[in-house]
Amino acid sequence: MSKPTDLVQGTLDMLILKVIALEPMHGWAIAQRIRQMSGEVLQVGQGALYPALHKLEQSAWITSEWAVSDNGRRAKYYTLTEAGRQVLAHETAQWERLAAAISLIVRTA
Amino acid sequence: MRWPEILRLRLRTLTSRRQVEDELDEELRYHFDREMDENLAAGMSRAEARWAALRSVGGLEQRKEECRDMRGLNLIDNTLQDAHFALRQLRKTLGFTFTAILLLALGMGASVAIFAFVDATLIKPLPYKDSTRLVGVFETVPMFPRSNLSYADYLDWKKMNKVFQSLDAYDQRGFILSTAAGVEPVRAARVTDGFFRTLGVSPVLGRDFFSGEDLPSAHRAVLLSYGAWQKRYSGKPEVVGQVVTLDGEPSTIIGVLPREFHFAPAEPAEFWSTLHPAGGCDLRRSCHSLYGVARLKAGVSMQAALADVKVIAKQLEAQYPDSNRDQGATLASLAEVITGDIRPILLVLLGGSGLLLLIAGVNAANLLLVRAESRRREMAVRSALGASKGRLIRQFVTEGLVLVAAGSALGLVVSWWTMQLLTRLVPENLLLRMPFLMGLSLNPRVLAFAGEIAVLALILFTVTPAFHLSLGQTREGLADGSRGSAGTAWRRLGSKLVVLELATAVVLLVGAGLLGKSLYSLLRVDIGFRPEHLVTLQVAAPKAAYDKDEQAIVLQRELVRRIEAIPGVTSVGVTTSLPVSGNGNTTWFRVIGRPWHGEHNEVPERDVSAGYFTALGANLIRGRFFTEAEDGSKPSVAIINQALVRKYFPNEDPIGQHLTYLSEPPKPIEIVGIVDDIKEGPLEVATVPALYIPFNQSASRYFGLVVRTAQSEQQLLPAMTSAIREFDPGIVTAQGATMTTRINDSPSAYLHRSSAWLVGGFALLALLLGVVGLYGVVAYSVSQRTREIGLRMALGAQPGAVYRLILKEAGWLTAIGVIVGLVCSTGAATLIRGLLFGVKTWDLATLASVGLVLGVASMLASFIPARRAASVNPVEALRAE
Repeated sequence: MSKPTDLVQGTLDMLILKVIALEPMHGWAIAQRIRQMSGEVLQVGQGALYPALHKLEQSAWITSEWAVSDNGRRAKYYTLTEAGRQVLAHETAQWERLAAAISLIVRTA
Repeated sequence: MRWPEILRLRLRTLTSRRQVEDELDEELRYHFDREMDENLAAGMSRAEARWAALRSVGGLEQRKEECRDMRGLNLIDNTLQDAHFALRQLRKTLGFTFTAILLLALGMGASVAIFAFVDATLIKPLPYKDSTRLVGVFETVPMFPRSNLSYADYLDWKKMNKVFQSLDAYDQRGFILSTAAGVEPVRAARVTDGFFRTLGVSPVLGRDFFSGEDLPSAHRAVLLSYGAWQKRYSGKPEVVGQVVTLDGEPSTIIGVLPREFHFAPAEPAEFWSTLHPAGGCDLRRSCHSLYGVARLKAGVSMQAALADVKVIAKQLEAQYPDSNRDQGATLASLAEVITGDIRPILLVLLGGSGLLLLIAGVNAANLLLVRAESRRREMAVRSALGASKGRLIRQFVTEGLVLVAAGSALGLVVSWWTMQLLTRLVPENLLLRMPFLMGLSLNPRVLAFAGEIAVLALILFTVTPAFHLSLGQTREGLADGSRGSAGTAWRRLGSKLVVLELATAVVLLVGAGLLGKSLYSLLRVDIGFRPEHLVTLQVAAPKAAYDKDEQAIVLQRELVRRIEAIPGVTSVGVTTSLPVSGNGNTTWFRVIGRPWHGEHNEVPERDVSAGYFTALGANLIRGRFFTEAEDGSKPSVAIINQALVRKYFPNEDPIGQHLTYLSEPPKPIEIVGIVDDIKEGPLEVATVPALYIPFNQSASRYFGLVVRTAQSEQQLLPAMTSAIREFDPGIVTAQGATMTTRINDSPSAYLHRSSAWLVGGFALLALLLGVVGLYGVVAYSVSQRTREIGLRMALGAQPGAVYRLILKEAGWLTAIGVIVGLVCSTGAATLIRGLLFGVKTWDLATLASVGLVLGVASMLASFIPARRAASVNPVEALRAE
């Protein structure tokens, strides 16, 4: 379950951006939040999550800082940057267009 | 805003490695612990919870590696690792490393240096505006395809042509410069007023000539070359307006030409003076002493221009049948006029250095193959440990980069050094006439060429081992002692490369042989006199004191008498033009008593003193030499050479017959002697009919001295100069040299010698590399077949049979290489036909000796591994595996 095969290619980035758009979050919380929000459908494992986070950070769409977490330990919190916000808006619009188009076809068929 | 941030992150990754790693570790561990807490909360046992968490993570190290990948860390890491490893590998095989670097440096050094010459001569644009529209303008006569214009013809061409934006004329001459310290000869050029405007060159200081400033009525004006300004006037700007005395005439310096300006056909000129047509030659339509240079009108092609000037020449021929009979017209691009002579030799040298580069490259490729072969095990192990093929190839690329970088750096040093050496080897008098070769440097074009070679070398250095890698199964390499298909495949490829090397070496050797033989025949061409122990010196006497014939005769007699008195001198002669310089200074004559229809029988005329032929050591065939008493008061006499006899008196006795110049009424000149052909023109040009007239009947204040000595030639020159100075300090002397030096440094001898030596050098290196390559292949083959040879010997094969086995293999390679090379070299020889003299392109002796030399060298090279093979101990050879 290292790579969530049921996740459409490239959508993991968008999900991460969307989730942390609400508030800064650490990796584990991001995975939990995606699972909850998707009604337990999407399971994001460590194997996909952390490389994605590091890639997003290297692209300067998110930044990170260390802070004390809810369980009292130090954790790495990720925050959306302005550039990331723009990417998210663009990706979301793109996704909605695509999803609408696919469901149109699926229903008529 | 985003990019600075990205850059900061990348830099942090690079500079704070430790911290980034620690953070990564902590981040992943946090996740793992949360996962475990969750599992514990769900009621699992501690062990179960841990196990489930581990499973969900799926390998902590792998995750880290993926994150590092995302951060672009691995790329940098691997490259550094590769480079480090490459250096270690190269250090481990120092012999290979140095050889590969040396090969590249050698091949690159030679070709880049030659290319720098090609660039300076053929590629770099001439320092004129729009130089492609500039053409050299010449008349033509049967004897000279590019002959000079006469001043009168020049004026008519200028007026009548419809194709030139402008047409100007120039000539080259020596002036006597009077300075406070005395007189000295200076090289100068005379040009018409618009010369520099036609070239599109403006003085850096002062002004250009005014229109009409070249006429006899105008005050004399002169422009300085940049070099003369620096040397004679220390670059002081006040020089403009100063007056200098040239040939006794005051001339005003009006400006200085740009530093980069040069004009080879008139070089080396320090003073650029206006033409000021005066004296017998400039005013006579039949006297040709000028060269033309013109700028084509925009859109006019060379063909159209040529057609136009040909029409003009025809018109002038009709209008002035006496002087312009058979005077045609021709044009050539100015670039051709300036560099045409050395273009073929440069191209040959470029080809030669290219072949050397090829052979060096092939040799390097061969080395790389052997090395790749010996590294099969290493590659197999690395591949088994998980290195991808791409990663292995990247290793070769890195190693190649290191080798090429070192080789190229060294190659540039070699080429710079070679350039300096080659320039220094050019005789100074020739270098001065090739100003475009000055300031040869590693300019951007040359560096770009070097860069291309480096890229090609890099491709060779990486593709060869990579190709080898893909040739064999890497896994096969793990099997102990495997001598699989790849070994054979390499042997086949390696053999092909060696054949290529040997063939290339043959081509270069044949080229060098033919060029060497040409030089040999050129320097042994019959010049008709004995050049040993001869000293020559040019003399120019001031016009004011020696313009009249009787004054010049006295000068000649006095100088001869004083020089004869110098100890060791056996004979002294005087001529208006020294031998082996050129067939110029011609005259037209006809034979009295024969029908004549106005044709121009053109021959070089030399006015020589009574002692000239004796001093020269020329052979009198019949008749007699001149006497000192034969001057204007005696009947006119002449001596002719055998070529003239052959052409104009094929079946009769010329002695006692009379010639005349084309004057009306004819003035008879009696032929009193026939002399064996003296080489007046360049060595490689067949001797033409020539006419010798007594100096005392046609005197001049410019002449050359020929002095035969029984003692040291070197010590004679200063003694001669001081004897002349003693007689009259107003006389200048120049170009003192022994006759042998004159001949050896003459342009044709120099061009032949330099090409022979350079191609010979390339060929020797090629031979060495080719033979070393062959040795490598045979030695490798022996090392591969040790077991087989051991088996053969164990079964009773004698050492002789082993020798035969190995030498047969080498012999085949050599034979194929030599045959392919000989076939290619006959083709290559056709390309250098123009540079050959007195030797056929398929000179059997050359071809045979090259084959022999290469055969012997190859056998020697393969004898060493063959002996090793024959001395194999069968027991050990069989046990070794």
